[in-house]
Amino acid sequence: MNWVDIGALDDIPQRGARVVKTAMGCVAVFRTRDDQVFATSDRCPHKGGPLSEGIVHGHKVTCPLHNWVFSLETGEAEGADEGQISTYSARVQDGRVYLDATELMKRSAA
Amino acid sequence: MRPRLVVIGAGMASGRALEHLFDAAPDAYDVTLFGSEPRGNYNRIMLSPVLSGEKTYEEIVTHDAEWYTEHGVTCRFGETVTRIDRDRKIVVTAKGETSYDKLIVATGSAPFIIPVPGKDLPGVMAYRDLDDVHKMLDAAEKPNPKAVVIGGGLLGLEAAAGLQMRGMKVTVLHLMGHLMERQLDPAAGYLLRKELEGRGIRVHCEAATKAILGEEKVEAVLLEDGTVYDADIVVMAAGIRPETRIATDAELEVERGIVVNDQMVTSDPDILAFGECVQHEGIVYGLVAPLYEMAKVAAKTLQGEDAAYRGSQTSTKLKVTGVDLFSAGDFADGDDRDEIVFRDPSRGVYKRLVLKENRLIGAVMYGDTQDGSWFFGLQKDGTDVAEMRDTLIFGPAFQGGASVDPMAAVAALPDEAEICGCNGVCKGQIVQAIQDGATDLGAMRAVTKASGSCGTCTGLVEQVLAVTLGDDFVLPTAQPVCGCTDLTHEDVRRLIKSQELKSMPAVMQELDWKTSCGCHVCRPALNFYLLADWPAEYRDDPQSRFVNERNHANIQKDGTYSVVPRMWGGLTNPRELRAIADAADKYNVPTVKVTGGQRIDLLGVKKEDLPRMWADLNAAGLVSGHAYSKGLRTVKTCVGKEHCRFGTQDSTGLGVKLEKRLWGSWTPHKVKLAVSGCPRNCAEATCKDVGIVCVDSGYEVSVGGAAGMDLKETEALAKVTSEQEAIDVTVAFVQLFRENAKYLDRPYKWLAKVGLDWVKARVVDDLAERQMLIERFDLSQSIYQKDPWAERANADAQHAMAPLANLTLEAAE
Ligand SMILES: Cc1cc2nc3c(=O)[nH]c(=O)nc-3n(C[C@H](O)[C@H](O)[C@H](O)COP(=O)(O)OP(=O)(O)OC[C@H]3O[C@@H](n4cnc5c(N)ncnc54)[C@H](O)[C@@H]3O)c2cc1C
Ligand code: SF4
Ligand code: FES
Repeated sequence: MNWVDIGALDDIPQRGARVVKTAMGCVAVFRTRDDQVFATSDRCPHKGGPLSEGIVHGHKVTCPLHNWVFSLETGEAEGADEGQISTYSARVQDGRVYLDATELMKRSAA
Repeated sequence: MRPRLVVIGAGMASGRALEHLFDAAPDAYDVTLFGSEPRGNYNRIMLSPVLSGEKTYEEIVTHDAEWYTEHGVTCRFGETVTRIDRDRKIVVTAKGETSYDKLIVATGSAPFIIPVPGKDLPGVMAYRDLDDVHKMLDAAEKPNPKAVVIGGGLLGLEAAAGLQMRGMKVTVLHLMGHLMERQLDPAAGYLLRKELEGRGIRVHCEAATKAILGEEKVEAVLLEDGTVYDADIVVMAAGIRPETRIATDAELEVERGIVVNDQMVTSDPDILAFGECVQHEGIVYGLVAPLYEMAKVAAKTLQGEDAAYRGSQTSTKLKVTGVDLFSAGDFADGDDRDEIVFRDPSRGVYKRLVLKENRLIGAVMYGDTQDGSWFFGLQKDGTDVAEMRDTLIFGPAFQGGASVDPMAAVAALPDEAEICGCNGVCKGQIVQAIQDGATDLGAMRAVTKASGSCGTCTGLVEQVLAVTLGDDFVLPTAQPVCGCTDLTHEDVRRLIKSQELKSMPAVMQELDWKTSCGCHVCRPALNFYLLADWPAEYRDDPQSRFVNERNHANIQKDGTYSVVPRMWGGLTNPRELRAIADAADKYNVPTVKVTGGQRIDLLGVKKEDLPRMWADLNAAGLVSGHAYSKGLRTVKTCVGKEHCRFGTQDSTGLGVKLEKRLWGSWTPHKVKLAVSGCPRNCAEATCKDVGIVCVDSGYEVSVGGAAGMDLKETEALAKVTSEQEAIDVTVAFVQLFRENAKYLDRPYKWLAKVGLDWVKARVVDDLAERQMLIERFDLSQSIYQKDPWAERANADAQHAMAPLANLTLEAAE
């Protein structure tokens, strides 16, 4: 594990998201209403919608383009839709948000 | 000539009897219907939801003008029958005489007004009909209003709960030791009292009213014990008695009620009576279920067929949202009786069954009434329950070792089990109706009336549908907002207003949302309802808005955005055009397009560039065109009389004025307008949400057009002579739409539901209402009419819209 500080928790709106740029495209970092943080790929597997712009409800996000819903915990599409987004480890400590750089590098290598 | 049937009383009982009669023998009689109330038949038992704001009067009408016309009924509403002359076979009203061959007396009950000093003061009212409800609602409008309800029975408590939901400070005075003592035992009465007090309703039991105080109108109520409660209104709900005066005068046999036999015939063979005004086998009824059975029999009698009414057992439910209460039968203590009691204090559940010789004779339930009808069925059938005594109180799901699945319990119900108490519909009838093709709730109501009255059995009816149809069951027509709630949009809107819910957590808490923070379907709707209803108190929630409204630009399929500056009424000038061209250059806009609404669209802008682009456009005096919003979009115009040889008025100028007034208003769906200078209609005004066509004599305002997925021409709303009036009518219309429509309904869809006449009555005919709508619109605009670009064209927004971090370097290492 190689936790890197990517910013303050307060920089992400509750029930909202911000993106983090990586060499292989954007990662969406979500903050849920209970102040948990989740990181996933920002691209919807359907037609590439920016998931960071979706509506966050519970531990789920709805893609803004055609309303597919994904679990932020497992990355799986809910309901009738099939699809999967990548999820990454994220954690919060003392009001700061950390992502695992090793994992994100694997992403760029893959 | 057909025999003449005259009906006295247009209430629930006679309405039902006429239905049965017309179904079986549409042409048997020439019917004249008298009613003291100035309106036709409505579902009286739903007055409480109207009082509390959970339903509108329109929703509880059971027979409208069309129905009466269709069946050839001569309606004499607002006309009281004062005398029956049996010798000449006529009835007499203030307007004259009407002769009959057969007569129905269905006059219902009169409220009992306790004979204390002050009972005639203005502000003392009964709770019986729509006029009473209106009086109560008027009183609730006053500042800091207070009400005293005399009577803690079914009616009194529904009135109290309704008035409290309307914002009144309510005190209930009840003569007995606990509430609803005729239906509840003290334990259940206690739970009910606790619930009501928790809502802020004051309850005073053992309260004997001594006098109602006041000079010109009610001011207070004085009790025997000296207590005084201030009151702006006093609602008497202390009981009812059969309305028998005209029958007594006509020398029909009357005891407590008009005496009838099993065929519903009075002591005069040509006069039938049924409903609350009669007495059958010594019993007088005050609930609808028995009346409906009587109505069925009476209709048969009128057709000359055999039928007999044999009395009814009744059960009671209180229609107060959030209070679950059921009682049936006899539940007094006694040596010859056993009882089974179940309490779960943490859930607020209490159930008590009273048995006599192993048969159920009474049941009281509070907090969990799901099994009520099953118990009621056992009681009516006199089933021997010895075998299931141990598990009886847990309900049908626990019998015979069956699973606790409620579906299994419903499946196990016998055909005779009563499902809908109000209409006396049993399971067998519902199953039969399903086999005959009634596969949804609406059809079921139409065919059997099941769940069509007080509605508390709706869930059960649906379960029978589901059990019988299996996978073929389609959900009821009134769709809930989304999976987070069982309430419809209409319910939610009404409850937000009546319970004064002013934040999203309050809505979700009070209306029992099933999820912690909603979903992408309900949150945008709730956000709109709250800001439309409480503009001054509610704070907009960007996280409950769709991406376009959060980023103030339209998201395109590749994730870039399109930006549309406002051009008032379609006007622009070289300076603005230059600024637009400059922005297009600076932010590498690949496509520049003129939209269908006469604005310029800059397509393909990157999200990070949005805040700086807004700042540049703002600097040139341009504001956001809201081309992305569920709000006012554009007002399209033609050139009008300034330039065009046909133009009759300044259509461009009016378009500019309208856009300046309406821009920035959030609405249930997008709203588009157009103004044309003459009937040649170059601005295509007749397919917009509001279209104005200028004519020589003024302005023709029409509404409800569409040119999207549906194509629809507008319908005429008003013809006005001045520009100011055209603006007023438009603003009032938009506000009425904002206050009433379901989220994501365009005006044409909403109009199809409420009807153009309803809208006209408020926006065009009622000038006071129009003015109030305009005021409420302007209040909302004083808060929400602001340019989102200006607000967000700053460093903070730039920061928030940029990536949180850039790990491209690290990742590359
Ligand atoms: C607020 C409220 C809530 C209720 N809730 C429930 C409930 O939840 N469940 C339940 O089972 N029951 C309930 N009831 C009782 C139910 O409404 C009555 O049992 C039912 O309406 C009686 O029907 P009816 O036709 O006999 O009389 P009504 O419906 O009262 O109709 C009688 C009509 O006759 C008219 N009339 C009387 N005299 C004359 C005359 N001389 N000339 C012309 N017209 C005349 C009256 O104006 C009235 O419109 C409730 C009642 C009220 C008031
Ligand atoms: S609608 Fe009439 S006034 Fe307007 S441009 Fe067309 S012809 Fe001229
Ligand atoms: S791109 Fe996400 S749902 Fe279509």
